[in-house]
Amino acid sequence: MRLPRPSLRFIPIWRRNLLVWRKLAIPSMLGNLADPMFYMLALGFGLGRLLPEIGGMPYIAFLAAGTMCYATMNTATFESLYSAFSRMQIQRTWDAILNTPLTLDDIIIGEFAWSITKSGLSGLAILCAILILGIAHGPNLLWLIPLSLLIGMCFTGMALIITALAPNYDFFMYYFSLAITPMTLLCGVFFPTNQLPLLLQHISVLLPLTHAIDLARPLVAGHNPHHLIVHVTVLVLYGLTGLCLAINLIERRLQR
Amino acid sequence: MPAVSVHGLTKKYGTSLAVNGLDLSIEKGECFGLLGPNGAGKTTTLRLLLGTITADSGQITINGEPIPARARHSRAQIGVVPQIDNLDPDFTVTENLIVYGRYFGINQETLNHRIPALLEFAELSHKSNSPINTLSGGMKRRLTLARSLINDPSLLILDEPTTGLDPQARHMIWQRLRNLIQQGKTILLTTHFMEEAERLCDRIAILDEGQRIAQGTPVNLIQEHIEPHVIEIINNSESIRPLLADQQYCERVEEAGETQFCYMHSPDTLIQLLAAKPEIRYLHRPANLEDVFIKLTGRELRD
Repeated sequence: MRLPRPSLRFIPIWRRNLLVWRKLAIPSMLGNLADPMFYMLALGFGLGRLLPEIGGMPYIAFLAAGTMCYATMNTATFESLYSAFSRMQIQRTWDAILNTPLTLDDIIIGEFAWSITKSGLSGLAILCAILILGIAHGPNLLWLIPLSLLIGMCFTGMALIITALAPNYDFFMYYFSLAITPMTLLCGVFFPTNQLPLLLQHISVLLPLTHAIDLARPLVAGHNPHHLIVHVTVLVLYGLTGLCLAINLIERRLQR
Repeated sequence: MPAVSVHGLTKKYGTSLAVNGLDLSIEKGECFGLLGPNGAGKTTTLRLLLGTITADSGQITINGEPIPARARHSRAQIGVVPQIDNLDPDFTVTENLIVYGRYFGINQETLNHRIPALLEFAELSHKSNSPINTLSGGMKRRLTLARSLINDPSLLILDEPTTGLDPQARHMIWQRLRNLIQQGKTILLTTHFMEEAERLCDRIAILDEGQRIAQGTPVNLIQEHIEPHVIEIINNSESIRPLLADQQYCERVEEAGETQFCYMHSPDTLIQLLAAKPEIRYLHRPANLEDVFIKLTGRELRD
């Protein structure tokens, strides 16, 4: 086990992914914007009619904060599972890069940085949706952008571990079924976690999405988040631990 | 100082030895061929030279740089054509070269200058803005060769550069490789085509089970290991099979299915004998590198 060896050489790899993204930017941004908007509209108005406000927030604003975290998590996860796996295993893009003066650390850090960038774009799209739908306003909303980068970092790191271990695309279903879906349901995207039985609440505290939502919700409501340091630390630790493990695992994988 | 120097190189995968105490020395400006059946350790050797995998023991230096300690630095001077195509399918021909050039830290101005010349070299100027999936196999291979030259390398490492190509495309690649040799580049290639090795390589090493079992110029290898004449008796050989054991006709016989391969220094007596038997179809030819290869590595399949 060794630590990552960061250098600015990751930039050409980040730029490669940016160049690919630019070709598909319109459908990609549309997806980032449309999906959460439909969620917020359908559930926000549908359920929102039945629910009084939650913790002083209208349900649609409560949901917007959850959706922002959930959608950003998904962006990072899909990029670092399916797209990264394609580049590693199917297109052999990483093999080609390893024959140049770049190293595996440069590649993984490049992928890490790119996936975080994409998460930021996803966060930006949702911020636009929140503003367009008039769900919330105020300068605190701007903090959602750095938050989306933080969420991107957390879930990119975790997903890269799964990619490092995956024999094929089907393997990712385990991660969705055992990690992403439970988090979506247990971390307070749709309802406050204090509605859950105590055991599930304890589990929920350990999951990173809970900490992301605990930061996002006050920001949407226009307050400052409590326990800022704790939540940020949890997200950063998940992300960097994931990055570190992924580099070690992928190094071993490519030695074969 | 040799371009590539390898001493006692060993690499294990699990319990199997992919490379087993290999020694190699490749001079600057030389075209050196690594031949061997599947699983002989050719690709593993190339990956060890590039430092993308690490050896269990042995020393490698490339242009005086120790590998893997200075592999990253050394790769800046190396161009690679991999066995499995790994062009970037999301990009056009030109974008592939730009993006790959950036991995070497080459600035845009230099790339703008180099890329048209490389496309011309690969006869792909007319395809500069085409997506990769519209290229034929031969064009992809030419683009991969052009891509390997983006950093103006002194050493080219080519892993089966013409596998899967039609004869026209293969000849075109050979012509380009000869051109590069004339420019003074050092080339290390692996191949399954003996003709390719014979035409291009100054020297050849034959590998089997991770070890070097022969080395020399193509002509020397043939002279050293094999009789100069080969008569392949293609069918109906039953009637003369007993005669083939007779040294007067043939010094050495190998059987492969229906065909008898007869090796000898003077073919005349056997040709006279065969001339009297019109039902027998045969082929008389000079011995080539393939005969050496088969003699040294055997006829059985290596899967």
